[in-house]
Amino acid sequence: MSIFLNENTKVIVQGMTGSEGTKHTRRMLASGTKIVGGVTPGKGGQVVDIDGHQLPVFNTVAEAMSATGANASVVFVPPKFAKAAVIDAIDAAMPLVVVITEGIPVHDSASFYAYSLTKGTTRIVGPNCPGLISPGKSNIGIIPADITGAGPIGLVSKSGTLTYQMMYELRDIGFSTAVGIGGDPVIGTTHIDCLKAFQDDPETTAIVMIGEIGGDAEERAAAFIAEYVTKPVVGYVAGFTAPEGKTMGHAGAIVSGSSGTAQAKKDALEAAGVKVGQTPSETARLLRAILGR
Amino acid sequence: MDLFEYQARDIFEKHGVPVLAAAIATTADEAEAAATKIGGKVVVKAQVKVGGRGKAGGVKLAENPADAREKAGAILGMDIKGHEVRTVMIAAAAPIEAEYYLAILLDRSNRTFLVMASVSGGMDIEEVAHTAPEKLAKVPVSAVDGISPTKAAEIIKAANFPAEVADQVAHVLVKLWEVFQSEDATLVEVNPLVKTKDGKVIALDGKVTLDDNADFRQPDHEALIDQAAENPLEAAAKEKGLNYVKLDGEVGIIGNGAGLVMSTLDVVAYAGEKHGGVRPANFLDIGGGASAQVMADGLSIILGDKDVKSVFVNVFGGITACDAVATGIVQALELLGSKATKPIVVRLDGNNVVEGRAILDKAAHPLVQQLDTMDGAANRAAELAAK
Repeated sequence: MSIFLNENTKVIVQGMTGSEGTKHTRRMLASGTKIVGGVTPGKGGQVVDIDGHQLPVFNTVAEAMSATGANASVVFVPPKFAKAAVIDAIDAAMPLVVVITEGIPVHDSASFYAYSLTKGTTRIVGPNCPGLISPGKSNIGIIPADITGAGPIGLVSKSGTLTYQMMYELRDIGFSTAVGIGGDPVIGTTHIDCLKAFQDDPETTAIVMIGEIGGDAEERAAAFIAEYVTKPVVGYVAGFTAPEGKTMGHAGAIVSGSSGTAQAKKDALEAAGVKVGQTPSETARLLRAILGR
Repeated sequence: MDLFEYQARDIFEKHGVPVLAAAIATTADEAEAAATKIGGKVVVKAQVKVGGRGKAGGVKLAENPADAREKAGAILGMDIKGHEVRTVMIAAAAPIEAEYYLAILLDRSNRTFLVMASVSGGMDIEEVAHTAPEKLAKVPVSAVDGISPTKAAEIIKAANFPAEVADQVAHVLVKLWEVFQSEDATLVEVNPLVKTKDGKVIALDGKVTLDDNADFRQPDHEALIDQAAENPLEAAAKEKGLNYVKLDGEVGIIGNGAGLVMSTLDVVAYAGEKHGGVRPANFLDIGGGASAQVMADGLSIILGDKDVKSVFVNVFGGITACDAVATGIVQALELLGSKATKPIVVRLDGNNVVEGRAILDKAAHPLVQQLDTMDGAANRAAELAAK
């Protein structure tokens, strides 16, 4: 099992004809993802050859879905056009929309997230995220497929490179699904959504949760773990040395005032029984100790 | 980006939020001229991006232009919580009867926008929020629907605004939403929103934070950047398109991906505890797909920081290829030549790591040493900085 995607997930790439879209479509195909087409408004009717795969291009997500049976989309379109692309996918009732694009104005992401709630048929992952992977089954986004294979660990993280680092640290054990939820202030899928899905997924036996400064998502996740999650969870929080009031790359990773600090998040997680590592490597060792490996 | 009060005032005026006549001055002469033009009593207000300026003596009432000149002379050059006052705003004085509070902001926790409103505005609003939270109404606002006159009425009722100002406050709310949305703001705050003795509702002081991600559709926002306050290293990095924040430690940091770099700072600070308390000197994210040129730009900025004693390059190649990073390090050192004098600890993992490590081994630059793990490399970089 896995969460949110599996070996049968059929994926369309919004922005497939752009340079980023083409590059990552190639990588996703190489890692076994069932890519069934692309969407670029105005280029409908074309067929693109990517490494021998003949991929049809559609003008809208709705057309792509009815022609291909796609049940997930991944968005690589530039920030300027990202809102329209996501709204198009929501209007088509696409079940899963993974938004990789970095640098989307928060008014746009707040707007498409609110719109998705009014429709109630689309799960958005991201924006500004690396996507999600179930090694050996499907890979939607930009997470490298060759770091590790399938296994019992579920991973949820705000950060892309820390996701890769943690997968690498635990590469001999493997992952059911790793989800990069993104570091923006407004994201479609939260730590809690993933924790719930991992708790309910029979193949996941332990969970790694990676957070960072800003907002109170980790504190909320801690409360949720105490209430709902019975599987072992280890945590890591980045940003102990980040100064207040400075943005550290992820638009969301800004500390203002006393809430949202790394220490507050660590304390909340530990109070919920989560073992929190001081470094990514130590976090991996904590998980190994729990699994006895 | 946070704006100065006068910039917020100008944006309010542009969108039809009622404000008082005002002008800015950077000298006492200019302040006197501005006060003459405005006429009558004026308020001289220090322009700093930090709270508590009133209590620090940065806001003074002036009876006439000569007095404004004197007050401005005293305020200009003041240090308020580490911020030097370089500009004052001269604003018409208003006889105040009541002070209210209004703010529209992004509510991250609930992934929506939020209006906060209170009839107990003024300097002590934070105190009110703490001790009498029932006096601060919080009303969620949908990003899709915004603030319509109906929504404004709901907010006014929730905050118990008096009936005689309800229409005016509703107008301000609708206009503030226009500011919030059309300027791509993440915060618009008016404190105080005042009722004057003649019954007018006016935004007396404002804070606005703009979303840098929206710069592509907000061409006017570039002019609002406070060039003088930018750290020269940060400005140089920005010019190269690098995401750099100067900190006060000794270990220069370069990494890829915001999360990994933040984590690198922590791991260095943690390792530094054993080496006399050395700390990271900066945050620098070279991003995904980092090329040799980007690495060279990053290294030259960090090596230009006189506080840096050692450098830690920490890269996990996801999309980024380690051989490109290694080539970048070698090329950067060639470019910098004798200007590079600080030891560089490199930890590479991930995509093309074998090739990357081989490139650095072959170059065998005397300043560069490689370690296999992030914790080990952080420890070595901290040790070198402590020497």
